[in-house]
Amino acid sequence: MSRFDILRTGRAAPSGQPSTSKTVQHRDAEPNPSAAALADKFGGAVKRREVIWGETTVYVDPARVHEIISWLHDDSSQQYDFLSDVTAVEYRDPEVPVEVVWHLRSLPYRRFLRLKVQLPKGQPMEVASVYDIYKSADWLERECYDMFGIQFRGHPDLRRILMWESYKEGFPLRKDFPLRGRFSRSEQLRQSLAQNPEARYSMEELTIADAFAELPEDMKKRLAKGERTGE
Amino acid sequence: MAKRTVEVELSTTGLDAQGRPQRVPILTDDGGGGLALQAPPALEPELEGEHMLINIGPQHPATHGVLRLVLELDGETVVRCIPHIGYLHCGFEKIGEYRQYNQIIPWTDREDYLNSIGNNVAFALGAERLFGIEITERCTVLRVIASELSRIMSHLVWLGTFCIDIGAFTPFLWAFQRREEIYRLLEKWIGARLTTSATRVGGMAADIPSGWMDGLRQFVRTFPQTLDEIDRVLTRNAIWVGRTVGLGVMSPEEAINWGLSGPMLRASGVDYDVRKDFPYLDYETYDFDVPVGTNGDVYDRYLVRFEELRQSNRILAQAADRLPDGPVNIDDPRIILPPKSKATSEMESMIHHFKVVMEGPRPPIGESYFAVESPKGEKGYYMVSDGTAKPVRWRIRPPSFVNLAAIPKMVEGHLLSDVIAINASIDIVMGEIDR
Repeated sequence: MSRFDILRTGRAAPSGQPSTSKTVQHRDAEPNPSAAALADKFGGAVKRREVIWGETTVYVDPARVHEIISWLHDDSSQQYDFLSDVTAVEYRDPEVPVEVVWHLRSLPYRRFLRLKVQLPKGQPMEVASVYDIYKSADWLERECYDMFGIQFRGHPDLRRILMWESYKEGFPLRKDFPLRGRFSRSEQLRQSLAQNPEARYSMEELTIADAFAELPEDMKKRLAKGERTGE
Repeated sequence: MAKRTVEVELSTTGLDAQGRPQRVPILTDDGGGGLALQAPPALEPELEGEHMLINIGPQHPATHGVLRLVLELDGETVVRCIPHIGYLHCGFEKIGEYRQYNQIIPWTDREDYLNSIGNNVAFALGAERLFGIEITERCTVLRVIASELSRIMSHLVWLGTFCIDIGAFTPFLWAFQRREEIYRLLEKWIGARLTTSATRVGGMAADIPSGWMDGLRQFVRTFPQTLDEIDRVLTRNAIWVGRTVGLGVMSPEEAINWGLSGPMLRASGVDYDVRKDFPYLDYETYDFDVPVGTNGDVYDRYLVRFEELRQSNRILAQAADRLPDGPVNIDDPRIILPPKSKATSEMESMIHHFKVVMEGPRPPIGESYFAVESPKGEKGYYMVSDGTAKPVRWRIRPPSFVNLAAIPKMVEGHLLSDVIAINASIDIVMGEIDR
């Protein structure tokens, strides 16, 4: 085969291939076999399972979620090697706990599993990071922290990603956050005008190449006092 | 007049370690004027060990939007790359919690704006799973046509801009010429070119007009010629190959672990395609191949996307042949608007119209994560409903966001000029990354 050719896989749906699911039941469809395997293996750490619209959701103990995802990733009968998404859900009812959701895929077995933990209100929202299992969790967890304020324990670089680092209004996707932001328009404008347009680097970046030494004097003073740069 | 030549005697201090003559800068002598051709005592200060901080973007044409990359360079080699995103953050997911399902569809146009009609289809499919709706045969085929046209459009923009980033201008014009034809087709169908908002929960905004299929068949027939032309100037072009082979290599295991999807993942040799592995819209009944690369470098990503253009064209040809007659929208007045003529003449339809517009269709309590194969990769819409007309949570799983997260891994150790090629090969759209 020449270097200019690509391997072509003509997988034109012979029998045994998955097909488009036509009529899906709202509840009580066939669950993903991994849900039963999880209940066998982890017992009490698996709280309950639900099948909604053909997708299996497993609710697990927040303290053991890292262990469970690690097992799903490594066990040869599961092989959930692809982390699709990490996100969180907060319900409109303030009594209902916030949920952190992992969408896992097993590419070899063509399985899809939703894993959830419930974090009660009024307690610090913290859960283990899965960055050491899936590198893709890096930005997904940062976004989840940025939007919901959920602390991922063990994440190497948990800082805001979509909002700027000096953003002070809180966590935008929380239900107590108003649609137009916490501050008034005039306050938002005042804060953005007060930003230092020169300060475009984080302290971490300024350690590169002694860039700190080349900054103007007033910026050096401000940074030395512990003030964050603009972004 | 005789030609006058000036002879300047050049002196050199000798040869350097590689055997090349050492360069001697020409210095202006302050004292007597003229040129003093003396070698300075030290030619260049010792630069080894000093790193440089380089900032690319956010306003830079090669970053494909408002991406900012902070690079630490050792000479021309990238030692570290720190990406910054969020300059285009609009809070789509927050706004979606205040909108009915059909009102979210215009927002899906604006996230991955190169694939707007494909996003409309993906969102509608996700919402329909949440509602428990089964769409009609004709609608299914129309949505396949929409998705594949959208894939071709997105890949053509990627191809054109990738060429420009690397320095080839002509294929850009060829690609955009064909993209314009698709835009004309969409304009005839939907009335809009870029922000299509083509779907509704349970159907489409409009059926195709008469004669539209002839335009599509014309496109499908002539499109491979353009592909052949681009193939001829690029695929075996020495400059192209030299600028792309061996860059940003991701092994299959790394690519899966970093969550890459779409052509990025397939270029690394993993044959994961949502259309084949978790089919929707009856994709399993279409005959098409999934191109898979072997090396996982920028060149393989080019080959994979290029072949996908041909395969999408094949799907379009099959879809055009099998389009059945019949209704486009489902027959459920609680979800689908009645025709305008009926809404203004019949009491029953007017009430349905009022209810659908003012209150909006209500799904049962539940949640769904619906993933489609967008041109960028696995695009998922995760929706949670509490039984009201507005979702509790509307989450976009953006493929470019996850693909871009691997850029530090891909560029580190490569040259500064290769950062541009690697970044272009990811095929990012900042509207989707920042949302």
